[in-house]
Amino acid sequence: MRAFFLALTLFGLAACGESEQVVVYKQGKYQGKPDSRPWDNEPLAQELRGGSWTKGNRESWEESIKARQLAQHEHKRIYQ
Amino acid sequence: MARMKFLCDAERCIECNGCVTACKNENEVPWGVNRRRVVTINDGVVGAEKSISVACMHCSDAPCMAVCPVDCFYRTDDGVVLHDKDLCIGCGYCFYACPFGAPQFPQAGAFGLRGKMDKCTFCAGGPEADRSDAEFQKYGRNRLAEGKLPACAEMCSTKALLGGDGDVIADIYRDRVVRRGKGSEVWGWGTAYGPGKPGAQPPAQPRTGGRS
Repeated sequence: MRAFFLALTLFGLAACGESEQVVVYKQGKYQGKPDSRPWDNEPLAQELRGGSWTKGNRESWEESIKARQLAQHEHKRIYQ
Repeated sequence: MARMKFLCDAERCIECNGCVTACKNENEVPWGVNRRRVVTINDGVVGAEKSISVACMHCSDAPCMAVCPVDCFYRTDDGVVLHDKDLCIGCGYCFYACPFGAPQFPQAGAFGLRGKMDKCTFCAGGPEADRSDAEFQKYGRNRLAEGKLPACAEMCSTKALLGGDGDVIADIYRDRVVRRGKGSEVWGWGTAYGPGKPGAQPPAQPRTGGRS
């Protein structure tokens, strides 16, 4: 019974917790959430036809995406 | 360092709106919001009408970033202009500042309530965990984190719309222009796309007559 009331008290007090919701704006500076970088993700599985790169390696991601960009050049594809 | 840009070849665009459809489908963009659209230039002028696909151009010195009163815009390392919808107050200043009309505002609520701004993300998502449901709900798919290019550019049937690093797509475009020449030389499938036979060689120099 005591444990129940203790749990109930803790549950009730949880409503008193308040996280900061007001953003303090500074002129000319992005104040939002930080964004992650594309090369910090694992590449997709082979069958999903995404690029292949080493996680965390920017150069390898750029190389992969560049190969994809060059595939837009139909002259390169036709005359290979 | 990659600096992501779009480039639309007005000579090739056939106004099929495939890019618009691809964008809407890939990002599940709500009704009334068009992140990308095809506009006609020289409308009504015989022989001079061209179509061009327009969305956010991810400006290097973006006016939307400059005018935003809550500074919700940021630029990623690869040059994509994105924004945080949790900060956006839907004031519409960015819409007036943008020369391309890229920022869009959902108006689904009562009294024409203007929601938070939505725009092309270069299929790079936003400031939520990459490839998460939260990111997809707010910003659409993050194809760059999948090692892919924007759906509009990859889906373009005539490859009029190119997307990617500015240097790379500028080289592709330059190479095309040199091959196809100018004026009437640009017309015709063979001139634009080549014969399409494996092992065929590209034309040494631009042709003198158009072929349809």
